[in-house]
Amino acid sequence: MALDRWIGLILLGIFAAYGYAAWFTMDGSLAPFMRRNPIWPSTFPKVLSVLGIICGLIIVLGLEKSDKPREENPSVIVYRQLKEFKLGQAGLLLGLMVAYALLLRPAGFIIATVGFLVMGSVILGERRWITMILVAGIATGVVWYLVQVVLGIFLRPLPAFMGV
Amino acid sequence: MLEGIMIGLQTAFSLQNLLMVIGGCLIGTFIGMLPGLGPMSIIAIMIPVAISLGDPSAALILLAGVYYGAIFGGSTSSILLNAPGVAGTVATSFDGYPMARDGKAGKALTIAAIASFCGGSIGAILLMIFAPMLSSVALLFHSAEYFALMVVGLSAIAAFAGTGQVAKAIMMTLLGLIMATVGEGALFNMPRFTMGLMDLQSGFAFITLAMAMFALPEALYLVMDPSRSKTGQSSDIKDLRITKDEAKSIAPVVGRQSLQGFFIGVLPGAGATIASFLGYAVERNIAPEKEKQEFGKGSIKGLAAPETANNAACTGSFVPLLTLGIPGSGTTAILLGALIALNVTPGPRLMVDDPQIFWAVIISMYIGNLILLILNLPLIPYIAKVLAVPRNFLIPFILFFTLMGAYIGQNNATELLLLVGFGICATILRFADYPLAPLLIGFILGGMLEDNFSRSMQLYDGISFIWERPMTLGLLVIACLLVILPSYRARRARARAAGVADGD
Repeated sequence: MALDRWIGLILLGIFAAYGYAAWFTMDGSLAPFMRRNPIWPSTFPKVLSVLGIICGLIIVLGLEKSDKPREENPSVIVYRQLKEFKLGQAGLLLGLMVAYALLLRPAGFIIATVGFLVMGSVILGERRWITMILVAGIATGVVWYLVQVVLGIFLRPLPAFMGV
Repeated sequence: MLEGIMIGLQTAFSLQNLLMVIGGCLIGTFIGMLPGLGPMSIIAIMIPVAISLGDPSAALILLAGVYYGAIFGGSTSSILLNAPGVAGTVATSFDGYPMARDGKAGKALTIAAIASFCGGSIGAILLMIFAPMLSSVALLFHSAEYFALMVVGLSAIAAFAGTGQVAKAIMMTLLGLIMATVGEGALFNMPRFTMGLMDLQSGFAFITLAMAMFALPEALYLVMDPSRSKTGQSSDIKDLRITKDEAKSIAPVVGRQSLQGFFIGVLPGAGATIASFLGYAVERNIAPEKEKQEFGKGSIKGLAAPETANNAACTGSFVPLLTLGIPGSGTTAILLGALIALNVTPGPRLMVDDPQIFWAVIISMYIGNLILLILNLPLIPYIAKVLAVPRNFLIPFILFFTLMGAYIGQNNATELLLLVGFGICATILRFADYPLAPLLIGFILGGMLEDNFSRSMQLYDGISFIWERPMTLGLLVIACLLVILPSYRARRARARAAGVADGD
């Protein structure tokens, strides 16, 4: 089964769970006076879940066929090419983004951002340390100034234990 | 209308707004030139900046400028590197890149800029004529018609997704719609589908989703597939002039394609991409035999056609956004989200309630086109230097700006984790060839769709509004046809190819 149909199956599962919540569990907590309303909070979700399940079945069962082979479309990257992709780098960068999200508050904006930009370049294979640190430092300063002073949004610059 | 134009001129020519147009066009051109970054990613990144401006006219003017600049920048990288940054400029590279290889890069850029300028300007004039007409009709609509109209818009987007794609596009739209139901809505005063998580109480943030759907997958693709980011030194750009004969030969092409592109752009779902390919195909078919041979080898007509059409279509796509409040493309959907965040609801009332926003946007489109022609074109040789920035530096910065965009919008670090999670899902969905724009459009329209649906249900005490209001019924029938027809036609075409006789 091709990847798109596997994903269709996952989406079908999401819609089934959503539909279960909409049809069976949601209305239980509805106040009695709300029940007289022609529309309930669950009405629209019910419609969506039915449509979604129909659509998911069409994809999973492969009822709609494509005319042209996927290889003809250059913008489509067939998932079989995955092996040629640099998945490791992408994964490391995603991990770095998660680390940034977790460190932004405790470590402060400046350390987290300089670290992120330098580590990002290192993951991609850059080794010119001085250039990297200089570029990252200047960019961090400029962005912090823009966000904090021009846009007026608070960004803690220094680590939590150093105050501010 | 004259009064409106005057209001627009007054607003658009204030110093702040002029700076917004110039800044937007420059930023757009700058980033749009980077291969792999389309206008949707750029606008998504710029939204937090636009929102914190506080002034809706200025914000919309800035974003529209960025949009134009991005399309222009995209055509520059198509011409110079044969690496279109945007799907809408793929057709530009057919004839633009051969011209650049022949050492006529300067001429190709000038033709592209002039064609874009004419397409955009004629589009802006058509917008000025058609938008007020359409919005006066739209004022007659009730919530039932709005509901039906949104359904038509959403199904049109799915219908234009291409053969074999309709079910996937509808699936993505529905996914967007169910994501819009998460959180506490104003309508019912109760949290829905939050799974007891406090973080989901206010629903998913639109900016986070926009970043995760467009900017992050683009950046990840650049990482995974280094051949996509063709950075490097482009050939020298000199001699930007074109001759009188050349101008004469592209004039009719520009005229035709402005009109055609604009009207294709107005249709929901058919944006700049379809307009540019269709424009190229039409011009090739009607060209004289001798010129037809040149298409694909550096024909100036073949370059002017898609460039005119894609800019006219960009302008056209503002018609449904400004008059009905229904975005027809991913880009206008992002603009709609930004407007809602600024407390402006686009729709037929926009012209009555906030005429200065409506007209200022139209006037600034014109100014934006002018700026692209007189400011960006001479600067192109210098801006093109950005193509030489090594990707090792570029990619971390793109990722950083997506993170900052999501963080500034919500001021919440959990949002960054959501961004990464959605970004991974979006990348996988793109692998499997699922279109992502319908998801975002569905997400943005979801709230409005449900509001209008509920309002009609309450007014008619049930779903009888569907058959009691002929216009609603008509629109819903159109929506069904839009979804069913493409697969029916594909099935028939296959049957015919297999040698089965037609039934009728």
